[in-house]
Amino acid sequence: MTPPTLNPFLWIIPILPLAGAAINGFFGRKASNNAISTVALVFSGAAFAAALGIALSFSSVSAPYYCTLAHWFRSGNFQVEFSFYLDQLSLVMLLVVTGVGFLIHIYSVGYMWDDDGYYRFMAYLNLFMFFMLTLVLAKNYLVMFIGWEGVGLASYLLIGFWFTKDSAAAAGKKAFIVNRIGDFGFLIALFLMIKHFGSLDFTKVFSQVTAWPTETAGVGTLTAIGLLLMVGAAGKSAQIPLYVWLPDAMEGPTPVSALIHAATMVTAGVYMVARSSAIFDRAPMAMMVVAIIGTLTALFAATIGIAQTDIKKVLAYSTVSQLGYMFMACGVGAFSAGIFHLMTHAFFKGLLFLAAGSVIHGVGGEQDMRKMGGLRQYMPVTFATMGIATLAIAGIPPLAGFWSKDEILWKAFNTSWVYWLIGVITALITSFYMFRLMYMTFGGEYRGAPAAHDVKHESADAHAMRDKHSHEGHGHGEPHESPWVMLGPLVVLAILSLVGGLVGIGGRFEHFLAPVFQGTAGAELAHETAREAASHTTEYLLMGVSVSVAFLGWLLAYLLYSRRPELPARIATSLGGLYEAVVHKYYIDELYAVLFVKPLIDGSTTILWHGVDQGVIDAVFNDSASAANRVSDAARRMQSGNLRSYAGWIAAGGAAVIAYMVWMGVR
Amino acid sequence: MGPMNMDSFNPIILSLVTFIPAVGGLLILLIPRRDRDIKLFALVVSILAFVASLHLPVHLHRDHNLFKFEINKVWITNPNIHYHMGIDGISVWLVVLTTFLTPLCVLISWTSIHTRVKEFFILLLIMESALIGVFTSLDLFLFYFFWESTLIPMALLIGIYGHGRKVYAAVKYFLFTMIGSMFMLAAILWLYAKTGTFDFVDIQNAIHSGNVPGFEHASLWLFLGFFIAFAVKVPLFPVHTWLPDAHVEAPTAGSVLLAGVLLKMGTYGLLRFNVGLFPDQARRNASWIIVLALIGIIYGALVALVQPNMKKLIAYSSISHLGFVVLGIFSFTTAGLNGAVFVMLAHGVATGGLFMLAGILYERRHTYEITEFGGLATPMPRYATFFLVTVLASVGLPLLNGFIGEFLVLSGAFQARPIYGILAATGVIWSACYLLWMYQRVFYGQVKLAVNNTLPDLTLREKVALSPIAIAALVMGVAPMVWLSAIDPAVQAVLAPVTQMASKVVGQ
Repeated sequence: MTPPTLNPFLWIIPILPLAGAAINGFFGRKASNNAISTVALVFSGAAFAAALGIALSFSSVSAPYYCTLAHWFRSGNFQVEFSFYLDQLSLVMLLVVTGVGFLIHIYSVGYMWDDDGYYRFMAYLNLFMFFMLTLVLAKNYLVMFIGWEGVGLASYLLIGFWFTKDSAAAAGKKAFIVNRIGDFGFLIALFLMIKHFGSLDFTKVFSQVTAWPTETAGVGTLTAIGLLLMVGAAGKSAQIPLYVWLPDAMEGPTPVSALIHAATMVTAGVYMVARSSAIFDRAPMAMMVVAIIGTLTALFAATIGIAQTDIKKVLAYSTVSQLGYMFMACGVGAFSAGIFHLMTHAFFKGLLFLAAGSVIHGVGGEQDMRKMGGLRQYMPVTFATMGIATLAIAGIPPLAGFWSKDEILWKAFNTSWVYWLIGVITALITSFYMFRLMYMTFGGEYRGAPAAHDVKHESADAHAMRDKHSHEGHGHGEPHESPWVMLGPLVVLAILSLVGGLVGIGGRFEHFLAPVFQGTAGAELAHETAREAASHTTEYLLMGVSVSVAFLGWLLAYLLYSRRPELPARIATSLGGLYEAVVHKYYIDELYAVLFVKPLIDGSTTILWHGVDQGVIDAVFNDSASAANRVSDAARRMQSGNLRSYAGWIAAGGAAVIAYMVWMGVR
Repeated sequence: MGPMNMDSFNPIILSLVTFIPAVGGLLILLIPRRDRDIKLFALVVSILAFVASLHLPVHLHRDHNLFKFEINKVWITNPNIHYHMGIDGISVWLVVLTTFLTPLCVLISWTSIHTRVKEFFILLLIMESALIGVFTSLDLFLFYFFWESTLIPMALLIGIYGHGRKVYAAVKYFLFTMIGSMFMLAAILWLYAKTGTFDFVDIQNAIHSGNVPGFEHASLWLFLGFFIAFAVKVPLFPVHTWLPDAHVEAPTAGSVLLAGVLLKMGTYGLLRFNVGLFPDQARRNASWIIVLALIGIIYGALVALVQPNMKKLIAYSSISHLGFVVLGIFSFTTAGLNGAVFVMLAHGVATGGLFMLAGILYERRHTYEITEFGGLATPMPRYATFFLVTVLASVGLPLLNGFIGEFLVLSGAFQARPIYGILAATGVIWSACYLLWMYQRVFYGQVKLAVNNTLPDLTLREKVALSPIAIAALVMGVAPMVWLSAIDPAVQAVLAPVTQMASKVVGQ
């Protein structure tokens, strides 16, 4: 690798949106909406401009940039600096984050204009950009961790933006806490790195790691680090078993769902794993776990997506599923394919959410697709752009999603046909639920209340949203198209969803990223090109299969939701319990509540607080005689929930295996 | 004034900083009973002490030599007691923490104390002097004098100005800590009997060079004598139950000093005396002490989670945070000790801030019950913002002060033994659980009780009192080297004999 060259201006990119956040945060309350928008757009736009400027000066042959601002802290010989780093990988992330981010800032001006907390929203959005840019530009794991936790904070604030709504506040808290569980793993991984490498600097860690042998025989330190990093990534990128926060996060305003919970933040885990490719490459067991978790998540979330009726929830589970693809890619060593899909996904999923926002806007805050329909004639631009995004995510050539998904499936096939098969099944389901969404929303006749005023017909959620929410103020009788400040970003993203995949043709994207992953995939690449040459027929055959399933999904959706719209209900009834389970997301939230939350609260209350603290210790202090009684009382009240679910046992077994592997490496 | 002139303060600066508050407190006796004058005077005195204390870190040499700004004069010849004071890179920050928090305590008590205003501020300032004295004394008798001097003002602050079962709480506090201190006194007297001096440095040298007759057999008991006194103060499980009661009933300023500074007397004592005098025993006993610390971290957090009372919740969270400090100290790693000292300071700022915030709410509603609130972010947006910043500092968000200390402690503990680091690291999950859940119940959702609709947002005075907390939380998180550059060499000086001892053991 060419040695990095100094670029003393790198830190300015993240600082720009921070300045915007500070100005709007401190002075926005009394400022006019125009002033607030100007500040928010100028600073996020400037970050995008700076990113473009750097991209122009940076070609794939040149060396990575770095820049060190100052010492953050030092203890003994261990030190951490505020340092930034830009290579091909962070450049892709930088462009995605600032580009898509800027578009969503523009969209938000239209979407959030009438909200009382407009200044707050824009300040949080800028704050998010600051942390996300810190995350992708970090030169060491701890600066990355600043961004990592910071985006979590921004996400907490934005999910709970309409904080008077209990469900929004609860969703924000849930996101933060579940992410913290992931961060726990991340932190332990960092401690292992400190112990073995004495540093958290990417360059220093990876240069030492490359001298380590691949842990093929058993599990060792690198496997443990890899698995622990995966725990962190699973939290941030909503993978099994920590995905549960993401669907709830849809309580946030829709631009937030687009920016944070689709295009950028949730991909941070994928980025982190790709960034750590040197470690994963030498820990095949960890790679396998990544691939398995990714594959299972892809399929599992997709099946839930089939039965959701809330337009944003469909997209949320779809995001979880697509993130699963990206992990699958990383797990089979196809890091650049994972990042490629990350990029195209940012385009089409960002677009899908923004378009969904436009729909929700157009029908007066309604999110239930059963009350939509026929919107095609009212909202032609939204329909067209969302249609493009749907074609892209379904994997219809030559749109963006086709290229990146196909790349992943091909690489997965080269590792094991099982990954490929599950990936293809997921692709079928994806295509189905996306076209189902399109037909339910835009096809047929409008099923909403003629006057969207009439709150009786709205869900409680939509009603609560209306209280706070901007655009419902102008009480529309009929669905209507959104203003151009919102449609503009849709069009730009639609163009990117159309042509964004072309950069991958002929392995160009992979070659661009090759310097980043050369230490890892270098040897493999040569070996693979040989194999690829030999099996072009196989590749085209597989491509044919994945394109066919995309059309098959479309056809099924067309039959069920356009030709015979009465059929789905009949099928649902005949499926009975299975359908119920899917609608209720396999009762995972309920399972977690019974397994973890309730025992924790009850145990802490009866055993620890009333039992030990008051029953034993204080009793000894106050009156030792009654102590014995209270202890037995507390013991009697100990209750343990019965674990009835097989899935629970399997998951527990899997967790135990992973924990054992981590422990072997940590020891 | 040039630096030369400022350096001429060095021999007397510690005495100045230590006694400015107490002298100011006594001068209040001379002021006629006009509440406003008394408060203003107390504020001026406490700010003066803070400004004077800033001389210490500014002029402190950041090297490995032990004590700076020393003053050593004979106080009483028989028994041989010296007025010996001095600080290092650890105690200097505890002094500054004390002088930093006291003006904020004065401000936060401005309108909440109605009766016996004069006595309140006298007690507060005397309390401040006693706390500073604990951190500056290098003579064990002098140390014990200041140590016990903190007891009575705090018991009175709770017993007179508290609420609810205030007498019960005050007595409980008094008895727990008093009984603990007796063991320390016995240990101090034993050391005096064998060495003929109370001087910390002399005793340390005597022990390290093996010149204390009978020390071999007594060292475990001496170690435990000090340990019990400090463990009660920290407080470590299972002698922690005085703390939640004391906090709930204490007036706000009392809670701020209690959590902010008084608990650190315990951890400071462990570091200075248990580790400093008995490095061998400290190492031998580290494992069970760490177990207690780990219990404290997890147990404190879980009990905090289910507290219906905001102040009790913060009190139990302190037990959890102080567990990190003890864990860091007894990990005997540079990172662990640096982190332990940093957590002491960060916790002082953040938890001091949380108690101030709880007090602001109490002044408006006269309750700490979480269920009495809900939706407060609507009537009190600025209050909600300050509260959130303090909560985030407390949960250890990077770039705020809680993170640095916690990270260093955990990494040190992990180096000592991975399982220590792993168990303690669950604390990052727990703290998010109990604090964010409380925050949600207090601030989010609709306002449920009509009385909360009209709660006034922060006054100017309250904003002035809270801003230093928020600023300190941010500055300590972004530029921790300001503190660590002094802490790191001091910690290494403390650690040197322990690691020497360890290598001796290994060498045998």
